[in-house]
Amino acid sequence: MAEKKFNVLPGFGLTLGYTLFYLSVVVLIPIAGLFLRVFEISWADFWRLATTPRALAAYKLTFGASFIAACINAVFGAILAWVLVRYHFPMKRFMDALIDFPFALPTAVAGLTLSNLFAANGWLGQYLAPLGIKAAFSPLGVVIALTFVGMPFVVRTLQPVLENLEREIEEAAATLGASRFRTFCSIIAPTLLPTLITGFALAFARAIGEYGSVIFIAGNIPNQSEIAPLLIIIRLEEYDYSGAMALAVVLLVISFVLLITINLLERWASRYQH
Amino acid sequence: MSIELRNVSKKFGGVTAVNNVNFSVKEGELVALLGPSGGGKTTVLRMISGLEMPSEGDIFIRGERVNDISVQKRNIGFVFQSYALFKNMTVFKNIAFGLKIKKWAKNDIHDRVHELLHLLGLEGLDKRYPHQLSGGQRQRVAIARALASKPSVLLLDEPFGAVDAKIRQELRDWLVTLHNDLNVTTLFVTHDQEEAMEVSNRIVIFSRGNLEQIGSPREVYEEPNNEFVARFVGVLNVLELTVQGGLARFGELEFPALDRPDGSKMRIGFRPFAVQISSDTSAYRCRAVLRHTFFLGVMLRLELELPSGLVIRSRMTKEEYSALVLKDGQEVSFIIKRYRILRGEGEPLSPEIHSGDTAFSTHGAGI
Repeated sequence: MAEKKFNVLPGFGLTLGYTLFYLSVVVLIPIAGLFLRVFEISWADFWRLATTPRALAAYKLTFGASFIAACINAVFGAILAWVLVRYHFPMKRFMDALIDFPFALPTAVAGLTLSNLFAANGWLGQYLAPLGIKAAFSPLGVVIALTFVGMPFVVRTLQPVLENLEREIEEAAATLGASRFRTFCSIIAPTLLPTLITGFALAFARAIGEYGSVIFIAGNIPNQSEIAPLLIIIRLEEYDYSGAMALAVVLLVISFVLLITINLLERWASRYQH
Repeated sequence: MSIELRNVSKKFGGVTAVNNVNFSVKEGELVALLGPSGGGKTTVLRMISGLEMPSEGDIFIRGERVNDISVQKRNIGFVFQSYALFKNMTVFKNIAFGLKIKKWAKNDIHDRVHELLHLLGLEGLDKRYPHQLSGGQRQRVAIARALASKPSVLLLDEPFGAVDAKIRQELRDWLVTLHNDLNVTTLFVTHDQEEAMEVSNRIVIFSRGNLEQIGSPREVYEEPNNEFVARFVGVLNVLELTVQGGLARFGELEFPALDRPDGSKMRIGFRPFAVQISSDTSAYRCRAVLRHTFFLGVMLRLELELPSGLVIRSRMTKEEYSALVLKDGQEVSFIIKRYRILRGEGEPLSPEIHSGDTAFSTHGAGI
């Protein structure tokens, strides 16, 4: 007879059951449904629907712009987090609160505001237009919107890790003769890297899924500034359910592969931690 | 002189952390900076290292004034209380870090690191990361890293604070051995007087930013400069007596106080060893009840409750204890063989006064 394992925390069975149920309803069943639906069409049809030139352009824009936006956020989000944690200055609390703004703002409002700002006659757009930079209604606009929505993820994931950086580690490096720059490169940056990758992944994932703010500023020109989620909507509006499903499955698979890759990268970067 | 501090003060904002401190450490000495937390000892250590700048005064290392030399250039080894190992580097890279910065040749780095690994008993651990080490091992890696580039002084901040009691004892013994082997001038901060007494050649005692006394462990224990030192190093029983007719009294205890007016207060302090106990209640004039006996290995600590309810502490060896046939709750008689008159925290103490070993009926014997 198997001995019952003793655990001081009660309710393991119940909570695990709930977790599985919740995961099934919220994640697994919808994904399974998507795949089942897509299996109704033949492989050749699927391939044709998923690889139209318009679709390929849309994937390229969605993943390309998301990647660029996540990279921008990784750099500037890290600087923001660094400044907010390491220095004291007036209005710091206020600035810290502002970081969450993109979280709280309805995406449609963000999209509307950004497209107004960056339109050729907008506050910022009017200075960019003479330089030949078309910020709104172009792929650049997509990057701007995705950067906006992804920014808090990097800052908020890095902040606690930066706060927990031991001052003494930097002092130890100094007593061993290391300059501030050397200390940053050899010790602080490698320590932050796993967290930075997490923040990058979150911002990236958010950008891939972003819809609301992008469609206002993108201009949505087919083959040029049309993101994949929008193309799915367009297919649906054409009652082309199979086309929409094919696109959705491609998005899903690529996102999944990307997240796994990023997870492995993060594990590699944190190999010397617990 | 290896290290010298001249009129060194440090203020943080309006708070004086270190107040006009002067002392020097000879080449090859092992010195403890002892004091209660907030006494300024860590600040002194950090000023020597260059992590903190003195507000006033000068610091010399090997005769050179180092006030304007940055921490990076001072060539000191510093061991932090939390070890502050680089988590992203292996043991080897941790130890090699300072050498790489000083641009040692690769072969020399390899040899030096392995020499240190051998010296500190860390062989075979060079490829481990800090989180794969025990507390004692981390401590030794931190020391190896600090010693790597042959610093002129080794500074340790509460080096044994974060390990458990048994390992602490091992590390103390081991630090003494290491110091004997390397003979590098070593300063360490501790708040544990036993640790300071056991490990160091000399002790520098701080309290509230002031240097109270410097001396060998024996000097600070037997000849404390003031009441603070006497109370901080070792145990001191303190009695407050009232003077009447040239005698200072506390219950049955009487001490000569010829020059003091009636009704004035006098305080005395005495070490536990100065209390002599007899199981014969008429052997000495004062009586007390033996409340508790604590066995501390070879030594025993006894707590005596005086008729007034005050508890004083005594110490004796196991042999003395066996000879006396004592048990808890028993009534005993005792005398205080040696004591000093206390004049307040920072004030000097009176010389030690011997009461004599005879029965206490002859007041004022041995003055």
